[in-house]
Amino acid sequence: MSAHEFKSPVVRWIDHRLPVFSMLHHTAHEYPTPKNLNYMWNFGSLAGLSLAIMIVTGIVLAMSYTAHVDYAFLSVERIMRDVNHGWLIRYIHMNTASFFFIVIYLHMFRGLYYGSYKAPRELLWILGVVIFLLMMATAFMGYVLPWGQMSFWGATVITNLFSAIPLVGDSIVTLLWGGFSVDNATLNRFFSLHYLMPFLIAGVVVLHIVALHRFGSNNPIGIDSTGPQDTISFHPYYTIKDVFGIAVFLLLLAVVVFFFPNAMGHPDNYIPANPLQTPAHIVPEWYFLPFYAILRAVPDKLGGVLLMFGAIAVLFILPWLDKSPVRSARFRPVFRIFFWLFLVNAIALGYLGGKPAEGVYVILSRIATAWYFVHFLIILPLLSVFETTKPLPKSIAEPVLTGFSSAPEKAFAAPRRL
Amino acid sequence: MAKSNSKKKLTSAGVHEPGRRDFFVVATYAMAGLGAASVAWPLIDQMNPAADTLALANIEVDISKIVEGQSITVKWRGKPVFIRHRTADEITRANATEINNLRDPESDQDRAEKPQLLVLVGVCTHLGCVPLGQKSGEVRGEYDGWFCPCHGSHYDTSGRIRKGPAPTNLAVPPYSYLSDSVIRIG
Repeated sequence: MSAHEFKSPVVRWIDHRLPVFSMLHHTAHEYPTPKNLNYMWNFGSLAGLSLAIMIVTGIVLAMSYTAHVDYAFLSVERIMRDVNHGWLIRYIHMNTASFFFIVIYLHMFRGLYYGSYKAPRELLWILGVVIFLLMMATAFMGYVLPWGQMSFWGATVITNLFSAIPLVGDSIVTLLWGGFSVDNATLNRFFSLHYLMPFLIAGVVVLHIVALHRFGSNNPIGIDSTGPQDTISFHPYYTIKDVFGIAVFLLLLAVVVFFFPNAMGHPDNYIPANPLQTPAHIVPEWYFLPFYAILRAVPDKLGGVLLMFGAIAVLFILPWLDKSPVRSARFRPVFRIFFWLFLVNAIALGYLGGKPAEGVYVILSRIATAWYFVHFLIILPLLSVFETTKPLPKSIAEPVLTGFSSAPEKAFAAPRRL
Repeated sequence: MAKSNSKKKLTSAGVHEPGRRDFFVVATYAMAGLGAASVAWPLIDQMNPAADTLALANIEVDISKIVEGQSITVKWRGKPVFIRHRTADEITRANATEINNLRDPESDQDRAEKPQLLVLVGVCTHLGCVPLGQKSGEVRGEYDGWFCPCHGSHYDTSGRIRKGPAPTNLAVPPYSYLSDSVIRIG
């Protein structure tokens, strides 16, 4: 950490005693970044922005929200009608939640395609999955707070998942509820935790970034930087690229907030919660649908719950399932086919999760669920052994400077069987 | 798109002449600043009173039941409002006071539309406590009006500050007579 000479004497004085400016300079300015990152590398900063928007609008909403079964629904309606700009703030909070998941899913599929989870970035990936889990818990509890029909029955169904655990299941559910059903005590603790968890996420995000900066970003060709000729400084090259991504993101968010604010929500949640009447067709928010489809695909209570949690748990051990030393799918022709199959399968699961659990949808859900696990537990380990990968470029600078399709013989190392 | 456009040009005097890129940078910062300000405003303004709060900002009070010498306290915008049906003696004393010697000079006529009825916001102008003197038997202070127990401010029969740390008289809320027996405050 060579000290950077700042122009302002005040900054120099502070930095000498509290090196926050040096730290910022290192992490967001001179930080050497692979020069070949494409737009798929924009989603990390977009996820950070989404988290910031959620925290700011959430703190503001909490100023007018009442966490009580008799007032929660009305206080949300008051925010929509009476509180100055309340409708805008709530619609931003609601829709940024969806955008946050869109961004995170793209971020994750980017990691899957380019092998960003492989050594030495296993912990970076695992911290990301931890953030994903925390996000799902936060989003679920946030959806309960308006205390509409979907809030109440979503809370009932999801907390009941834990009753599938043998022996202690019922005790755990009672503990979660703080009573004999989802009620005022449940709403209060969900509000408390919904406010807490974003800050836990922010903490894990810091760890995620520390782990990222240990070895730097992966890149589209998935090979390590060999020196300064392979990297450029983060600022201004990637700050400006991130700012462009942020502008596009905010534009799309604004279109949805102002013109289709309820497109990703469910009308039933504008009906106050009624513990005596379940809506005819209940579905979770769209970003949970693939996992919901897995839950319903299994005709056994414990089995469904296990597979659903297993679908996320398998992500934790992914770095050890895919042992191929080649990271990027660009040089893994067979893996690439299976990646796109997996993506289509995941979207299919999302579609099936939103359909009623009957007829052909059940069969298709079972096939898609099976394929989800076959991909991770069978295909990836087999590919690690049997796939013939394409030759890798010698360095990042080489394909960037020469255009790596123009002179393959010169630019590429000898083909190797892995 | 000439290369020289993106570099800062030096004039003969050696001063940097703003180029195309400088314009882009300033324009970008200006747009970002505008955007940030327009987003910040709703987030701040939401803390102002909401529409339903403003809708409850007026109250109507029946004053026909208040007998001479009696005071009542009503709640208006979350604060106590003192309404006192003053005795002839209290009115006389309020009018007899030499205005120029007061800390916050104000005549009694300016403070009471009809001299019998005095309407005051019952919040001490020092630091916001509620003064005593509404109920019979309570301390009314040295000027027989109200007395704030927190830091010892004395108000007279017109609610004017006479002694103690408070800087101004007890405020008179906006009110009007809807009829002889009903006033609307707010």
